[in-house]
Amino acid sequence: MTFQEYAAIFIVLAPGIAAAISGLGQRFLGDKGAMTITTALVVGAAALSGYLFFSQAFGHAGVSQTIVLSRWFDVGTFIADWAIKLDSLSITMLFVVTSVSALVHIYSIGYMAEDPHRARFFAYLSLFTFAMLMLVTADNFIQLFFGWEGVGLASYLLIGFWYKKASANAAAIKAFVVNRVGDFGFALGIMAVVFMIQPAAGVDYAAYGITEFSSLKFDTVFSVIANNAPVQVVGTAVAVPIQEVTIDFLNFHVWGLEIAGILLFIGAMGKSAQFFLHTWLPDAMEGPTPVSALIHAATMVTAGVFLVCRSSPLYVETEVASNMITVVGATTCLFAATVGLAQNDIKRVVAYSTCSQLGYMFFAAGVGAYGAAMFHLFTHAFFKALLFLGAGSVIHGMHHEQDMRYMGGVRQPMMFTWAMMLVGTLALIGFGIPGTDIGFAGFFSKDAIIESAYASSDAFGPFAFWCSIAAALLTSFYSWRLMFMTFEGKYRPNPHAHHDDHGHHDDHGHDHAHAKPKDGRAPAHESPLIMIAPLAILAVGAVFAGVMFKPFFLTKYADDYWNGAIVREADPLYGPHGIHPYGEATTEGHAPAEAHAPAMSNAAASAAEEAHGAVAADEHAAPADGAHAEAHHELPAWVVWAPFIVTMTGLIGAVIFYLMAPSVPRRMAQNGGPMHSFLSHKWYFDEIYNFVFVKGTAALGDLFWKVGDKKIIDGLGPDGVTATAKAGAGGLSKLHTGYIFHYALVILLSAVVFAAFILVGQGR
Amino acid sequence: MTGPMLLTATTFLPLIGALLIVAVRVTAGANAASAASKIIAVLATLATLVVSLIALSQFDASKVGYQLVDYAPWFGGSSYKLGVDGLAISLVVLTTALMPLCILQSIKSIEDRLGEYMICFLVLETLMIGVFCALDLVLFYVLFEGGLIPMFLMIGIWGGKNRLYASFKFFLYTLLGSLLLLAALVYMSIVAGTTDVPTLQAGLHPETGALLFPPEVQTWLWLAFFASFAVKLPMWPVHTWLPDAHVEAPTAGSVVLAAVLLKMGGYGFLRFSLPMFPEASLLFQPLMFALSVIAIVYASLVAFRQTDIKKLVAYSSVAHMGFVTLGIFSFNEAGIQGAIFQMISHGVISGALFFCVGVIYDRMHTREISFYGGLVHRMPVYAALFMLFSMANVGLPGTSGFVGEILTMVGAFQANTWAAAGAALGVIFSAVYMLTLYRRTVFGEMTNEKLFDIKDVTALEFFILGLLAIFALGLGVFPSIVFDLTETSTTEVLRMIGQ
Repeated sequence: MTFQEYAAIFIVLAPGIAAAISGLGQRFLGDKGAMTITTALVVGAAALSGYLFFSQAFGHAGVSQTIVLSRWFDVGTFIADWAIKLDSLSITMLFVVTSVSALVHIYSIGYMAEDPHRARFFAYLSLFTFAMLMLVTADNFIQLFFGWEGVGLASYLLIGFWYKKASANAAAIKAFVVNRVGDFGFALGIMAVVFMIQPAAGVDYAAYGITEFSSLKFDTVFSVIANNAPVQVVGTAVAVPIQEVTIDFLNFHVWGLEIAGILLFIGAMGKSAQFFLHTWLPDAMEGPTPVSALIHAATMVTAGVFLVCRSSPLYVETEVASNMITVVGATTCLFAATVGLAQNDIKRVVAYSTCSQLGYMFFAAGVGAYGAAMFHLFTHAFFKALLFLGAGSVIHGMHHEQDMRYMGGVRQPMMFTWAMMLVGTLALIGFGIPGTDIGFAGFFSKDAIIESAYASSDAFGPFAFWCSIAAALLTSFYSWRLMFMTFEGKYRPNPHAHHDDHGHHDDHGHDHAHAKPKDGRAPAHESPLIMIAPLAILAVGAVFAGVMFKPFFLTKYADDYWNGAIVREADPLYGPHGIHPYGEATTEGHAPAEAHAPAMSNAAASAAEEAHGAVAADEHAAPADGAHAEAHHELPAWVVWAPFIVTMTGLIGAVIFYLMAPSVPRRMAQNGGPMHSFLSHKWYFDEIYNFVFVKGTAALGDLFWKVGDKKIIDGLGPDGVTATAKAGAGGLSKLHTGYIFHYALVILLSAVVFAAFILVGQGR
Repeated sequence: MTGPMLLTATTFLPLIGALLIVAVRVTAGANAASAASKIIAVLATLATLVVSLIALSQFDASKVGYQLVDYAPWFGGSSYKLGVDGLAISLVVLTTALMPLCILQSIKSIEDRLGEYMICFLVLETLMIGVFCALDLVLFYVLFEGGLIPMFLMIGIWGGKNRLYASFKFFLYTLLGSLLLLAALVYMSIVAGTTDVPTLQAGLHPETGALLFPPEVQTWLWLAFFASFAVKLPMWPVHTWLPDAHVEAPTAGSVVLAAVLLKMGGYGFLRFSLPMFPEASLLFQPLMFALSVIAIVYASLVAFRQTDIKKLVAYSSVAHMGFVTLGIFSFNEAGIQGAIFQMISHGVISGALFFCVGVIYDRMHTREISFYGGLVHRMPVYAALFMLFSMANVGLPGTSGFVGEILTMVGAFQANTWAAAGAALGVIFSAVYMLTLYRRTVFGEMTNEKLFDIKDVTALEFFILGLLAIFALGLGVFPSIVFDLTETSTTEVLRMIGQ
């Protein structure tokens, strides 16, 4: 085994071992021991992941292999291993997950310092990390599902970490159940894949690079799809090329790949809190803040995006499913941004912003820009974790005040946190100078997504584009609103002084009878070094992750970096047929690629003229080293500048409303116009769901139980018989006393009758 | 008698234990019997476990057909014939492995008439093992029905307040099934001239070689067998006896009922209905799918509204057994392998959940959900174990619960997407009722004063639940342990049904 393989095994298993040791041995280890072990192992995993990631990128290692640990399932073609798949996609995720997790572990040592259940907390954090790593390194759908549900469990346990709190318990269950609604789709998606990906007799699958035919392994499934190999669907007699397979799902006769794509995406919607299945994410803020940073911002919620990118060979072939992803993603990005405008809880604002950014990632994947989706996932992890941990620092410094209405004037006492939050905000709104490579991380990834939507020839590309522009405006506005309400102006003490109604265990024993505010400064204190050091590291990522890695995720080295881990063929912007082509087109024509034909020829022509520093050159697409600036010729200038302009507009709006005339929005909120209550009630989703699903389920359960079981089944069955027997035989007691003996008698009699029959039968 | 006698030994060792206790009871009186019964029962069940494991080691999973056959002629066309295939031996080992745990639990929690209780329990074990080993229809019938008598007694004597109603309900339902099964059996033995199971499975007359049961006859015979197995399993709508029986039964009785007795129904379908009446089985597939999906959705929703912990777990059992019938009647490898696995897995998980209920019942003598709350503050180890089994019951991947559910659904999807989609709804609802139960009992503030000095699990309870936890996780991560054993049985069933 190579060093890489050892490293990968260590990275994945170390957090699991850490969780087991600190979870089972907390009595012996104590809090300190548990924290040390979990943090050390996760930091070790992060270091090795960093090594893998940087050598994959800067060293052009091009790793693409699978390490099989053990066989899990082997039933017919339902074959799956416990395995570690190492390719650029999983290595990128390994780096994101372990580095954010390591920083969150370190941060939590400070944040949870006073909590009596720290060992349990760190065990859960490591358990989560383990499950997430199993998810991203899966080489088949079932292991992915294992990680998928595993992170769901860890999320449930961590949201409900303060289990005394009724609201935390409710939020934990809500998160798990809503995710399960998504998993309902995911599980059916897996079933649909297994149903279709069945070997046809007489087909040499080895020719497609398939050594062992498994209906679950990515290698098999995606190779069959990409090669349009013939398969023999269960219950049919003839082999059909996979892209032409139709199946009957429920009462619909549909394209098989489309339905599989849609069902898998429903799973992604649940995990990534997309429109209709987003309601759990804001409530998940009940958990400790480091949890929100790790799980509900940087990693777990991006699993859905990861799933779609992992399945990119499937989604490039499915027009309807991809359009659905585009529409849902675009709707979510705008919807969540509108709700973010009217939230007062600092964590909820960031939560809705996460929801919105996930929408960006999805519609990017929907239009085929998987590289941009992954790139935004990557940069977002840093700046969103930064924002959450920064918010946690504020909450910590403000003695567990989370309501921004009762903040203000926090900048002076918490200068460092303010600076870090500022970096995070600039990265989130995608601040940068269009046409140059100057900007924060979000600038590179977000603008790439917005431009991809514009460049896309998909039916819903324009819809996604306009949603994303509008959302960018709102993002800027609510982000600055958060900054200004929290840090600027005068301190606004909470008249209800509800320090303790959060019931946190982690009250850190600071003197609550703090001094009256003077000079409008908030009575806050800067957080300890162990908490702000991770902020600084994340801030480095929030600044540089974009400019450093754009060549690998999107442009110059993208083909080399991805090495087939995602399909770049259909990328409308940077794909080989895109507006700024980077990379080599494969010879066989993909449907989406053909749709881009005009753009491609243009781009190829212009790129060919300026071809220098060839990575690979052919007639379809020339590498365009440093072509970024010139290539903007094909995108109208207003498209390139639109995100910048709306972002500035948002900033100006926020300055007016929250710095210059803060009474205006306050009065608007107090008067509570219909628009305001619509937004502050989050479009009434919770109210509607509560009425339809929660109450509906309970009512149906009661109906089945009290009417179905008791009245109808028992009433006609045993109770009815009893009543009849009572009437007929003159007393239930008689039956009661003798029933066992009656039964024995029945058996005895039957045996006699039976013996008689046998004898009669033999006599014949 | 011919044969290696391993199965005979496995079957009758518990009975010998029971007879020993009877002997002590007769010679030295009830008190001495109570004392002696503890040791005898533990030793008898352990010895049975050891012998069954020896049988397992002698069993060759790759061979087709029944193995370790013990044979002695009986009367008429019937015989004393024991033998196992992969399906049977895995259920036998499930039974023998759970029994010592049940005995250990009972020693602590049964205070009244322990000697008689142990006799009852050991007889029950003999009958249950016999059911899975019997290769003669008459022998099967006697053991199958006989197994109910100790169960009646257990509910009727050591049960709760409403035990008479519960056992009466149990009796009515099973009586209905038994009589129809008996009628079918009589007819079959007359037609075939034998009650030998392999012969009947082959479906051809042993002498003339003619088809034994033409399709229209199969339909009636299938329905008669169905009546009996559906009650045992139990399937909707003949399930209402189960919650009552569970509520009244002592803890170990519930464990055995859920873990082993329910499996007799699924076993019956696989051993008899499918191989002996293949045409009828295919004919009734839509019915079975409908009933399975109704069971999953309906029972899950009812479970959600329960106020009694045991009733909740009982309804959850009904839902989970729905996956078994769903898988069996998918008529494909994934479905049947999944169904067998689900039976084993449900045996472990539901057994563990009833043990969990027993832990707090022994301390507080109530199963009302509303009585509890905040147990985690006093019982952290219990909370962790209960969480693990809740998650296994919810079908979290990595636990055994997932393996059975996903495979049966994959199997069902290939036969009918509606059935698969309906069953997948159960995946959502199981999370709803299980997490709600957990939150109401374990999480939250501890407000009930009576709970304030409740103690965490004892060493014995930890041992029992820990062992089951290892099984639930081990089977979830390495399900091939079971699959390797049952693969040949599955392909045999599929071959017999012509799929």
